Amino acid sequence: MRQFQGRVVSPGRLTAKALVSHGGLNTLASFQKALQFGDKKATCGDQNNPDLYGKEMVGKALCLPRTIGSTTGGLVLYCACSMGRQPACMLFSEPIDSLAAAGAVLADVWLDGEQTAMPVIDSLGDEFLEYVRDGMTINVLPSGAVQVI
Amino acid sequence: MSEKMKLTAQQQAILDGEKGETLAKVMETLVRYGELFGADSMVPVTSRYNHLVTSFGLKALGPVYELMDKLIAEGAASQQKFSADPRPVDKNVPSSFLQNFVFDHFMYTKQNFYEEQLQKLGLMDRDAFTCACYMDQVGNTPQEGEVLSWSESSAVVYANSVLGARCNRNSGIIDLMGSVVGYVPYFGLLTDEGRKAAWIVEIKTTKKPEAQLLGSAIGMKVMEDVPYIVGLDQWLGGTLDDAAKTYLKDFGAATASNGAVGLYHVEGITPEAVRQGRELIAEGAQTYVVDDAELQRVYDSYPVVWKNKAAKPKLCFMGCPHMSLEQLTTWTCRVEEGLKEAGRDKVAIPTVFTAAPAVIKEFEATPYAGRLKQTGVVLSYICPLMYMNNPLSGKMPVITSSNKLRTYTTARYYTDDEILVQITKGGN
Repeated sequence: MRQFQGRVVSPGRLTAKALVSHGGLNTLASFQKALQFGDKKATCGDQNNPDLYGKEMVGKALCLPRTIGSTTGGLVLYCACSMGRQPACMLFSEPIDSLAAAGAVLADVWLDGEQTAMPVIDSLGDEFLEYVRDGMTINVLPSGAVQVI
Repeated sequence: MSEKMKLTAQQQAILDGEKGETLAKVMETLVRYGELFGADSMVPVTSRYNHLVTSFGLKALGPVYELMDKLIAEGAASQQKFSADPRPVDKNVPSSFLQNFVFDHFMYTKQNFYEEQLQKLGLMDRDAFTCACYMDQVGNTPQEGEVLSWSESSAVVYANSVLGARCNRNSGIIDLMGSVVGYVPYFGLLTDEGRKAAWIVEIKTTKKPEAQLLGSAIGMKVMEDVPYIVGLDQWLGGTLDDAAKTYLKDFGAATASNGAVGLYHVEGITPEAVRQGRELIAEGAQTYVVDDAELQRVYDSYPVVWKNKAAKPKLCFMGCPHMSLEQLTTWTCRVEEGLKEAGRDKVAIPTVFTAAPAVIKEFEATPYAGRLKQTGVVLSYICPLMYMNNPLSGKMPVITSSNKLRTYTTARYYTDDEILVQITKGGN
């Protein structure tokens, strides 16, 4: 087990299986099909992301460097949370980008309840993303500590 | 009470709920968003108009429309009138029966409802739908030094770089919220320090570099950093005229979509670079040299995601971001000449040029409009991205000279010269 310390963007405590994207997550490309066509497991639709394409994102601890792509990204994340199609949490190796930050804050401020919650931790460091693999167990602690087992 | 952000009494009152719970939440959103980037204050939005990235009544964005309804119900309209990104559908653009069915019954079922919401929130004109809102014809052109609450990436990078306004690369909804309370958090590209260049880009090409290709190369190299570009002025005629502005529009959109650039400086051309010169370069800036070989390397690196890579193109989109009047005029002549050389009357591939409704209106008052129509090119206000963003369109072999469209969709990129050959001489 290794523990990494990050910064809390949206607080929470949870355990989930890791899903890792080594490249940036294109939020619109990844979520649009799932939100549009009623895919409750939010299968990633971004053909340009070989790590995630075709994989289910709901309930996973999504480990990534940053988000990229359209500046609708924040509102797409907000919609995913509102519809219960968000990852269990988002864990960023880098300091969070403005699009993901907007989505995380919008969801935390405007939505209520466990169904829509999505803890977010950033600044976990490059080593975090080099260490974590799909399917590993992730414990997120309210302090921003992330345990990878 | 915020522990990090120093708010004025007026801002604190909004946060404390003196103007209602909804406005308090809007302020809380902006404060928390800003604090993540080290902002210690909120500053007034000073532009005359705002611009929103969300222009489409996409059924999947239901929660956004609910949030808009909350703002409208609380009387929390935008303090500024605003323009918005292009409409997603236009019946003039070639599409199949099935595509139309999907657009009308699955994707954009909320379009009319959403446009009514925008009217209530402060849309500046019922046709103010374009990503190039800064065009003179549209009238949403910020002045140098004004603080904006925009989020459309191609508009943000243009406003910062070419107009010298100040705006961060915000997300949709955050753009509207800044305008609703009239303040945005002070960080990043709003600050003098945040506008310093972390990269020096030296242009050493033997001919004028393709705007969309150069922007792509620089965007992929510097990502969200600010580049200071040396040697491009010689290819732009040394002045910020209409042709240079058009070039920088397309160049900037590529830097913003292929990377995450929100501001660039072009030595001798863009306003801050003209005034401050190399003082804009931060200590320890890295250097990136772009020559012919580097541009070719970048071009060759683009994946072709068509199932049949040899397919004959079924559609060509030009105008992502929307074309300028200067571009429409120039391209009318280029298409005519290309067709003449090929001995044809009409374009060989269905071709759509997209521009702002206000630009189209002015173009249609010129003799060029009739000439363009004669070539068979369709002129539309549509957003090519929104047209392409579904599985049916995604399977079509579409070509474009837009690096933004290439990045976000399955459209295949060609240079302007290659596009001209494709549409006038038979394609493929």
